[in-house]
Amino acid sequence: MPRWLAYTLVLALLAAGGAWAFASLDMNWNWGLVWEYRAAFVRGWWMTVALSLASLLTSSLFGIIAAVMLRSRFTFAQAVARVYVELIRGTPLLVQLLIGWYVIAAALRVGSDQRYLVGVLVLSLFSGAYMAEIFRGGLDAIPRTQLDSARAIGLTPWQTLRLVVLPQAVRIVLPAVAGQLVSLVKDSSLLSVISIAEFTFNARNVNSATYSTLESYLPLAVGYLALTLPLSALSRWLERRFRYEAA
Amino acid sequence: MNLAINGLVQRFTDPDGRRPPATVLDGLNLTTGDIQALVLVGPSGGGKSTLLRILAGLDVSTSGTVAFDGVPLPRDEKALQGYRRTVATVFQAYNLFPHLTAMQNLLLPLVHVHGLTEPEALERVREPLERFGLTAHAYKRPAELSGGQKQRIAILRALVVQPSRLFLDEPTSALDPEMTGEVLEMIGELKALGTQFVLVTHEMGFARKVADEIAFIVDGSVGAHAPAADFLDRCTDPRIRLFLDRTLHA
Repeated sequence: MPRWLAYTLVLALLAAGGAWAFASLDMNWNWGLVWEYRAAFVRGWWMTVALSLASLLTSSLFGIIAAVMLRSRFTFAQAVARVYVELIRGTPLLVQLLIGWYVIAAALRVGSDQRYLVGVLVLSLFSGAYMAEIFRGGLDAIPRTQLDSARAIGLTPWQTLRLVVLPQAVRIVLPAVAGQLVSLVKDSSLLSVISIAEFTFNARNVNSATYSTLESYLPLAVGYLALTLPLSALSRWLERRFRYEAA
Repeated sequence: MNLAINGLVQRFTDPDGRRPPATVLDGLNLTTGDIQALVLVGPSGGGKSTLLRILAGLDVSTSGTVAFDGVPLPRDEKALQGYRRTVATVFQAYNLFPHLTAMQNLLLPLVHVHGLTEPEALERVREPLERFGLTAHAYKRPAELSGGQKQRIAILRALVVQPSRLFLDEPTSALDPEMTGEVLEMIGELKALGTQFVLVTHEMGFARKVADEIAFIVDGSVGAHAPAADFLDRCTDPRIRLFLDRTLHA
């Protein structure tokens, strides 16, 4: 079966199933009312994009630092990074956000105007723990012989990292990082619990104002897909693009 | 070069205690004449590569001394890094950086270690690339090159920094016979150009051709050491005869 036909078939079946389910609900759709709130959706969508991008950058930084610490010779650094990664990956983001905002930020007397900063920070810590394992895998994938070659031509350890290790590690981890960005986009929806006006938060507000639940949340699904589908495609493309150089 | 090695010991201990300590070099002594090419031969696991890594400044011995032309090898990493910049090493395989083209591999040490500008570096590598017939491959990545081409680029990268001497650790062991020929031919040319080198190899016929002296390394010390012709033709040590019979008729 050709690929396009397979995809068309799957999507058609999905649409038919959805149509049947919605039809059996006997819904009174109220799209007109929700349409009046379209600006809130657009604003929330862009906020989600901005929060995701900011968190991607910061979480990459956290991830790299933690990955280097995980591979460090110093037991204490290793322990710090290991506890960080396991604690974060083992607990729900929801709990981390609530503790981060209502306990830690409150204890530090962080003003409520700083909630976006705190939100990005907690989300970055969360995502950074996953990034750490991605980067650690990337660093581990570089054979020891490369380090020998780098030493043999007289590179300093810092030059080795900058010119030999990182350029190769980045190629190895890019597909996984793009995949992590997909998760990040969806995970950012939880920032709504600390009243950050991103996409999900705004959709919920529209729902409260209009009592049109599905009309408020269906655009949400479409909006997230519009972000995540291209990212998934990018991740797969990167994977193919960088497969070459194993030799 | 005059190489003088005294009581060289290399002992590896596993810090986790899972493996017994291994003594790979066991008080090795070797003094050469003033030669251009030294070839190290011997059975696998005898310590040839370990010795070469110490000579190249990549590893530090447990004890003992090494001196080239009367200058002792340093033991601290900072000084060794300086030493490594004056010599060059080619390994069995995977010498090149896979994310860079052959040309970028050649330029990297020139620009980042030896301080040449990019135009200077390009000028420096142009003629050698031509001479060794590699110009057509200059802008390929390692994955697009054959094993023999990769090794020749690696040797070229070692050469263009104009090292005082070259260390070659079984540069043809990972290659099939046809490619072995092209790499050996290149090393033969180095000999003609006057480059000083220490070569670890299993190619006995080739060793005889390029070596000034041959040292037979076995069980962590020098089993025999002689000018190349004497070593191969007049050697009577039964261990070496056995080794030679096996490798020459393999």
